[in-house]
Amino acid sequence: MRIAVASGKGGTGKTTIATGLALALEDRPVLFLDCDVEAPNAHLILRPELIWRQQVDRPVPVVNQTRCTGCGHCAEICRYHAIAVMSGKVLVFPELCHGCGSCVANCPEAALSEYGRPLGVLEAGSTKTGITFARGVLEIGELSASPIIRQLKKWAVRTELFPHALSPEAVEIRDAPPGTSCPVVETLRGADFALLVSEPTPFGLHDLRLIVELVHEMNLPAGVIINRDMANDGALERFCVEANLPVLMRIPLERDIGQALAAGQPLTAVRPAYGMALRNLFEHIQLLEARGIRT
Amino acid sequence: MRIAITSSGTDLDAPFDPRFGRAAYFIIFDEETETWQFHANPAVEAPGGAGVQAAQFVANQGATVVISGDFGPNAYRALSAAGLAMYVAPRGEPPSVRQLLHQYRAGTLQSVAGPTSRGHHGLTAGTR
Ligand code: SF4
Ligand code: SF4
Repeated sequence: MRIAVASGKGGTGKTTIATGLALALEDRPVLFLDCDVEAPNAHLILRPELIWRQQVDRPVPVVNQTRCTGCGHCAEICRYHAIAVMSGKVLVFPELCHGCGSCVANCPEAALSEYGRPLGVLEAGSTKTGITFARGVLEIGELSASPIIRQLKKWAVRTELFPHALSPEAVEIRDAPPGTSCPVVETLRGADFALLVSEPTPFGLHDLRLIVELVHEMNLPAGVIINRDMANDGALERFCVEANLPVLMRIPLERDIGQALAAGQPLTAVRPAYGMALRNLFEHIQLLEARGIRT
Repeated sequence: MRIAITSSGTDLDAPFDPRFGRAAYFIIFDEETETWQFHANPAVEAPGGAGVQAAQFVANQGATVVISGDFGPNAYRALSAAGLAMYVAPRGEPPSVRQLLHQYRAGTLQSVAGPTSRGHHGLTAGTR
């Protein structure tokens, strides 16, 4: 079972829920993936010991000046305009390069080759309570997070890292990046269920709509957790009813919860009762997933 | 000497276009012959790398001076590698291409010694 925890934007308590769920399911083999590779923070709560590490590169062309005639063919061929030939000199713009290899394959002088430019690292290990934890960390200045998330998903499910990868009891929890852009799509891809975290404010509703649209497009069963619940106009709930989205849990707005979470404590430690609630939530998700309910 | 000016229209009296990579047109003015030609910017709808593509285009037209409103890091790097001089128009009401040419010749335009914006990385917000 692969559950992706997502929200239309940051700051809704997505990581709180994802880590809380991982801790609540302690009697199962749990793999936790922090897919927010631009600003990973779940390790601050789960505190794993990271013992596995792997560098991820991406191919970028490099020119051999002595072979290059400055013909300009590579610049013409690059769909992404990641290469320019100015006054006979080849300039590569690595941030724009998609690593498609067209320029290398089509240089008439075979003056171009590829080198691996660091894209980021993958790290994994386990927590004291036996959760297998893995995360990706995007290199500073790198712009595309999706490839590293794709690699993280593949890398972490190998049995050296996660011995129970093939067990039917295994649960994979993915903490998605904020927003609804490509990295979120990559996190949701291949998941069995999308757990959406929202709050009962106009902004919360706006962001929930966006992520629900995405989840619909991807044909993923989904449910909502209302975080920081308080007296409100009921718009969020009306939307959930209309969109046929089950509200699976509510966490009321309470000052001391907020403070303890901000200090890095897991939800299940701040309020042990949420451990049971999250286990129930998981069972509910299993039922929804088994019935193949699409919202 | 050829001067490239980003323009929102196709003649010298059109207001200049303050964008470089996404400019609507380039007007290439030839100082020797006092003639000019306009070209639609091939990069205007590029999904990414507009600054690089536009720089390549301007350099291929034989320009040695570029006047615009803003040069991102990629455009700056490409243009300076080719040895093109970059100038920016004063902020405010966009002058016409003709006015900019006069200002350039009078030596009152500000030259550029580094990227004038952080650039857009050729990506629409939220697609990365
Ligand atoms: S295609 Fe090859 S030879 Fe031509 S400019 Fe590019 S690198 Fe140089
Ligand atoms: S590898 Fe592809 S994207 Fe990168 S510079 Fe070459 S042609 Fe452009």
